[in-house]
Amino acid sequence: MSEFLAMGGYAFYVWGSVGACALGMVIEVWMLKHRRRAIMARLPRKELA
Amino acid sequence: MNHSLINWFKFASPVSFYPLAGRLIPYFTAAAVALLAAGLWIGLLVAPTDAQQGEGYRIIFVHVPVSWMSMFIYCVMAFWAALGLSFNTRLSGMMASALAPTGALFAFLSLWTGALWGKPMWGAWWVWDARLTSQLILFFLYLGFIALQAAIDDPRRADKAGAILALVGVINVPIIYFSVQWWNTLHQGASVSMTKAPSMAHTMLLGMLLMALAFWAYTIAVALMRVRCIILERELTSEWVKKNAME
Repeated sequence: MSEFLAMGGYAFYVWGSVGACALGMVIEVWMLKHRRRAIMARLPRKELA
Repeated sequence: MNHSLINWFKFASPVSFYPLAGRLIPYFTAAAVALLAAGLWIGLLVAPTDAQQGEGYRIIFVHVPVSWMSMFIYCVMAFWAALGLSFNTRLSGMMASALAPTGALFAFLSLWTGALWGKPMWGAWWVWDARLTSQLILFFLYLGFIALQAAIDDPRRADKAGAILALVGVINVPIIYFSVQWWNTLHQGASVSMTKAPSMAHTMLLGMLLMALAFWAYTIAVALMRVRCIILERELTSEWVKKNAME
């Protein structure tokens, strides 16, 4: 397992790449959920039922 | 009148596209998650170690697919832009706007993962090489598109201005793609070619294709989520939104 994580000495570069992609995608989806919630908050309350 | 033609144009209206997009999102999300899991498993665990670059080469399993996506998304964005300018359909401009932030994200990730590749393999995070520089321009084109649209209050005018920028900028995509052939660059040639047999192990190719498909599914899911937000924001005052937004 630790051998896998070490990536033959390239851990920083490999996990830095994979991690950045994962982080970017998570942030994008989170921002979209937030944007949708903001729209829903502006809709008239009775329509939300 | 041709029946299929009517159905086709039916979905060009934001009001009928909104629920369709909502129904499609779960399928593309599920596909993205499954393909990502499979692609990462093959790319990080199954694919053999590269003879020259050791484990460091595994960056390609994200670097190549995100770079492809950054170029594809720009082409799709330019397609919607052209459609919007030609037929004046409102949904086309919304689709172009919905794709731009995701394209910008992939262009950024392409540069980021490229830097993390370049440092151990070339000894430099960045060089002003034809491939790298044209990719940086692509990133700026996305940012320019987003900024231009954000600067114009009237959405229809913003769509038109953005569409022209998207269409002019599409010239950059073949420049990126062929830059490694046209100029002497540090960047290696295409990893996957349409005309030649693949130069890499089959498992490497499979991992890369799975990752590319995963990012496709992700992009479609996210673009549909964003276009639904855009439809609601633009039509917030209409009766339709008040009736249907919560389905």
